[in-house]
Amino acid sequence: MNRAHSKTKRTAFVVAAGLAAVTALAACSSSSGNGGGGGDSGPVTISYGVWDDTQGKVMQQIADKFHESNPNITVKVQITPWDQYWTKLKTAATGGAAPDVFWMNESNFATYASGGVLANLSDKLKGSDIDMSNYIDIQTKAYTFDGKVYGIPKDIDSIGLWYNKALFKAAGVAEPTADWTWADMVAAAKKLTDPSKGQYGIVAQSAPQQSYYSTIPQTGGQVISDDKKSSGYDTPEAIKGVQVWVDLVNKDKVSPSLQQMTDTDADTWFTSGKAAMIFEGSWAAAEFKEIPYAAQNANVAPMPKLDQPGGVSNGLGNVMSAKSAHPDAAWKFLQYLGSKEAETAQADAGIVIPAYKGTADGWVKAFPEFNLQVFVDALKNSSQYPSSMNSAAWQDPIELEFNKAWSGDETAAQAAANSAKIMNDALAAEK
Amino acid sequence: MTSQLVPPVEQGQRRPTPLPPRGTKRRSLRHGDRYWAYLLILPTAVGLTVFSIWPAIQTFYFSFTKWGTFGGHEWTGLDNYAQVFHDPELLRSLWNTVIFSVMTLLGIPLSIGLAALLNTKGLRGVGVYRALYFLPVVTMPAAIALVWKLIYNGDTGILNQFLAVFGVDGPHWLSDPATAIYAVGVVSIWSSLGYNMVLFLAGMQSIPGEFYEAASIDGAGPWRQFFRITMPLLTPTTFFVTVITVINALQAFDLVYLMVGKASPAIEESQTVVYLFYAKGILQGDGGYAAAIAFVLLALILLITAFQFRVQKRWVHYE
Repeated sequence: MNRAHSKTKRTAFVVAAGLAAVTALAACSSSSGNGGGGGDSGPVTISYGVWDDTQGKVMQQIADKFHESNPNITVKVQITPWDQYWTKLKTAATGGAAPDVFWMNESNFATYASGGVLANLSDKLKGSDIDMSNYIDIQTKAYTFDGKVYGIPKDIDSIGLWYNKALFKAAGVAEPTADWTWADMVAAAKKLTDPSKGQYGIVAQSAPQQSYYSTIPQTGGQVISDDKKSSGYDTPEAIKGVQVWVDLVNKDKVSPSLQQMTDTDADTWFTSGKAAMIFEGSWAAAEFKEIPYAAQNANVAPMPKLDQPGGVSNGLGNVMSAKSAHPDAAWKFLQYLGSKEAETAQADAGIVIPAYKGTADGWVKAFPEFNLQVFVDALKNSSQYPSSMNSAAWQDPIELEFNKAWSGDETAAQAAANSAKIMNDALAAEK
Repeated sequence: MTSQLVPPVEQGQRRPTPLPPRGTKRRSLRHGDRYWAYLLILPTAVGLTVFSIWPAIQTFYFSFTKWGTFGGHEWTGLDNYAQVFHDPELLRSLWNTVIFSVMTLLGIPLSIGLAALLNTKGLRGVGVYRALYFLPVVTMPAAIALVWKLIYNGDTGILNQFLAVFGVDGPHWLSDPATAIYAVGVVSIWSSLGYNMVLFLAGMQSIPGEFYEAASIDGAGPWRQFFRITMPLLTPTTFFVTVITVINALQAFDLVYLMVGKASPAIEESQTVVYLFYAKGILQGDGGYAAAIAFVLLALILLITAFQFRVQKRWVHYE
């Protein structure tokens, strides 16, 4: 082989190989747009971005109902799976091609509102059919940024103590009641733990809302200060709110380990009868109902009491794009989504607790097998889901940090101190 | 970046003829031929420019910026690079990537062995075996990851059930920080085995049969033939496979993403450089920093590949 020839080829190959590396990376950030077009006078089609399959079907029914009274406006529901929803939305929003109307959650709301992606609804609300006082207060607050409304509350959730009636009966333990304290729960969990059967009293998952977000308000602590400028993790109250969970896993050993809960997810431990209790959300009702064993054996009680009543609620909002090609049609649809009729339809379909006050009955009745009133009652002690302008910068890193407490590599106090630092640094970087 | 890209092209244009004629005589291209030649490379050239070269140049530019949440960026000079070299997470991910690369390299002797076995004359059902070993290559990574996750499950997985027969209490392979990267590496070896095997088979079959005949007349047994004839004459293939394997390993992402995932307690001990790029750029929205990570990786790949090409003279035998 000729030297000069092989050298050229070699250089080309090295460069090509390296280039392939960068290209593979750059490809992740390429954007895709979706077209608008057409004036608002004739028939228009608007898009409605959502991430949930089951809910998507109900959203389409609501959209079809809207179309009946607004024949000029067709709404196309776009379902993007949760794993890709935010990545795709961010890319689309950057390119000015977000769906006309879409779902928003509390963690991301301030990021999108401050980024100019969402339409400011405050002026539109005057003289419209929407009265923001109709929605559960913390949800109205959650979708207000800088004193202006950017989202119409869609739904709300809360956390309860789900338990397995059959396992309680088999162990001769009385089922949880509304008066249960944390100590009562731990005592029951000990009796329900049976290593020989691979059975645990509770599955203490490390997902924030189902663990420390729920307990920190009950110990008098705070995840984030009211002005959203500092973290509350390094207070004794917050550390206690984390400690109670870590103890279930590492001290009392009444829960599977973090590794066990990673290999087999927490819900599966519960729905397969391998764990007798789990802190899980109102949203789980729809999932558990579909699993025959869980539908038959599961029920739900209020969270056991620590020092004071408390908890956090997360809920979605419907928002519209500031760059929608059909702002009038989008606003019309948004108003319909926020109407009592549409919100009630969500409850009756059994998908969520609507954010519209007094429309939860349909949801409670949709699951006669579970005592879902527990979740509706929990709302009165619920506070807003912790979030800030750029929640993404601290939420995931903090989950990893607390995982170290769950796995026993750090104490709850160490993990809380580190988390406070991560969070305070991130909050300081927000302008 | 631009300066690295252009030279080979320029060289080619400056010296169209010095390249040795390969086999047949080559006429200089007539006008019409040249037109066709350009027309034929046009689709690839356009695709390459739009999807590879331009994004790479942009990525290089972005590595000196800090991103706004929704578009927009400010020039921050070398800030990202200064941060890169003091980032314990990046150092850890580089180490993870090295472990992963070394592991996948161990798959190469395995592929050679397999290829040699399947190249045995008179072996029955060769087609079936070849298809079986090649199957993982044409299986979707998502499916592979799912099945291996089930196998590796610490409580219900078949691997630990198997180990239990011998009284061994297996770990939670994918969630234990001590084992996760190795567990993923094994899957990577397994899924690339078939592809490498096919390349080695092709290499073996291009070795002239006379060599073996001559060797057996001289009294060389099958082992001796393998090490004295097959291995040396296979080195160009071995070299090619090694280079590709290393590049692929340095860019490993999908198996870590699918099998370990961001919420796992083992993610810090198993995330590769590209996974960290994804976490920083996509999950945490720090595009500028992610671009800098991408270029550190590029530099690393260029360096290692150039090194491999330099040392190849010592061990690769072209006929």
